[in-house]
Amino acid sequence: MPWFSKKPRIARAEANGKQQPSRMEGLWAKCESCDEIIYRPELEKNWNICPACGHHAPWPARTRLANLLDSGSFLENDTRLEPLDPLGFADAKRYRDRLRTTRKSLGEADAFIGGLGKIDGRTVSVGCFVFEFMGGSMGSVVGEKVARVFERAWEQKCPAIIFSASGGARMQEGIFSLMQMAKTSAALARFREVRKPYVSVMLHPTTGGVAASFAWLGDVIIAEPKALIGFAGPRVIEQTIRQKLPPGFQRAEFLVEHGMIDSIIHRKELRQKLSQVLGLLA
Amino acid sequence: MAGMSYALDFERPLLELEKKIEELKTLSHTGAMDFGAEISKLEKKAARLQQEIFSELTRWQVVQLSRHPSRPYFLDYLGHLFTDFFELAGDRHFAEDASIVGGFARFEGLPVMVIGHQKGRGTKENMLRNFGMPRPEGYRKARRLMELAERFGKPILTFVDTPGAYPGIGAEERGQAEAIAVNLEVMCRLKVPIISTVIGEGGSGGALAIGVGNRILMLENSIYSVISPEACSSILYRDPTRAERAAESLKLTAKDLLGIKIIDELVPEPPGGAHRDPARATAHLGKALKRHLSELRAMSPEQLVQHRYLRFRALGSFAGR
Repeated sequence: MPWFSKKPRIARAEANGKQQPSRMEGLWAKCESCDEIIYRPELEKNWNICPACGHHAPWPARTRLANLLDSGSFLENDTRLEPLDPLGFADAKRYRDRLRTTRKSLGEADAFIGGLGKIDGRTVSVGCFVFEFMGGSMGSVVGEKVARVFERAWEQKCPAIIFSASGGARMQEGIFSLMQMAKTSAALARFREVRKPYVSVMLHPTTGGVAASFAWLGDVIIAEPKALIGFAGPRVIEQTIRQKLPPGFQRAEFLVEHGMIDSIIHRKELRQKLSQVLGLLA
Repeated sequence: MAGMSYALDFERPLLELEKKIEELKTLSHTGAMDFGAEISKLEKKAARLQQEIFSELTRWQVVQLSRHPSRPYFLDYLGHLFTDFFELAGDRHFAEDASIVGGFARFEGLPVMVIGHQKGRGTKENMLRNFGMPRPEGYRKARRLMELAERFGKPILTFVDTPGAYPGIGAEERGQAEAIAVNLEVMCRLKVPIISTVIGEGGSGGALAIGVGNRILMLENSIYSVISPEACSSILYRDPTRAERAAESLKLTAKDLLGIKIIDELVPEPPGGAHRDPARATAHLGKALKRHLSELRAMSPEQLVQHRYLRFRALGSFAGR
């Protein structure tokens, strides 16, 4: 096991096309923000928040749910849903092959986990994106699972919470992925009838079709510090307007300033704040 | 781009032949010589050529037709299918966005709300229309108009023709993702009939933001896609020149989308595309709209909402339950 996960530059270039070695592998991790070298178990114990600078590194979906919900309360639903390849899509790789290898390496069938759990004893219908699965992109399975989070909340007359982290629609499913934006919004529109709160938590990053549908429709919208949130990605905007974007553009702090989200909440305070909101509204 | 003179590569042989026929006709008229036999031979050839070119278009060719600068735009259809148009402007928050046009009008005598993306012809109008790419104000205006239509119980007819949302700094600062998201939810619960017709380009979220209808129709040579073939090619193949291949993969034509039941009807265009005979294209569209509108008007407000919910709730392709 290497002491540091950072590989020499040449090796990285050669690995082009394969999965890039993450900075979070190995016994030691290097903080993306302050370059602090952190003993990995210590980082994990700290919920993947850098002890030196407070940077919020990605946090695996299952770990997140296990820690933010009451201990042992999460019961996953919809575990049998599996993606198909409706268009027979192929880029460098066939979509169905990409699905298979991703599933094998992550042990997840697609980019979303949904179910019922409790926060301070209160039942919530909850879901969380698995960003590692094809950038958390939303295809038919993700859209279906999101819709079911709202439907379970509608049936149970309980609050809904969704943790989003997604690059947007899944191109490989073409128009089906675009239609998930409408589908999830339809399910959400119906859930509004029961007048229970829907809290949308935007993680890093939340962009494209996910941002432009249910993620931005929360009764309360919360973001983690420095999360990148927007519709068009920064690279696309730079290419279009042919100039560099100002520092901090599309970051959570920028969005609060522009009146686009309610609050930025530190990961360690998230559980307590969610409980507070639910207590006030549910 | 001088309107009618623009020709796509694959249209050119046909247009050249037609030009020749016109020339011969002019000569015949002036009485210099009689080219009758020659003309009818060439006309047959032209018909055959048209059939050859347009019966098996590639998806990329359809993409090009959907963006043809001579293709009828929303305001062209509006002028011919509707009367009594009263335009409504502005989102009441920040600005008027001319890339989406809307207002009350009469369709077959019946007051309705019409809303559509509008591209420009020529540089000056395209600056005004932002090439049909809405900013947040466009979606917010559309939402205001749709809610207004519901308040007065008027059906909503939307016409989609946009490359997509505008990726600019201001558009992000003013929350274009939020603007699109809100439109999706609002459209899901409006208690009046909604018919959305893709008349040219159906570009991703910018299209869907006025596209959540009880019926979705598409003109034959229009496209509807989650991403443009060019952008898809840049991202997936890291090469923007492979848009042709991306278009094939994305399956974005009206025929494709009818096949997978995303849309309700493919509205046929005259041979060679809507721009070759706008009057006929308009007539086909009018007929289809009339039929769908009369079906939807038979439904109660609750049925309409339920119908739209079920329509979109069912969309997706996956295994398992």
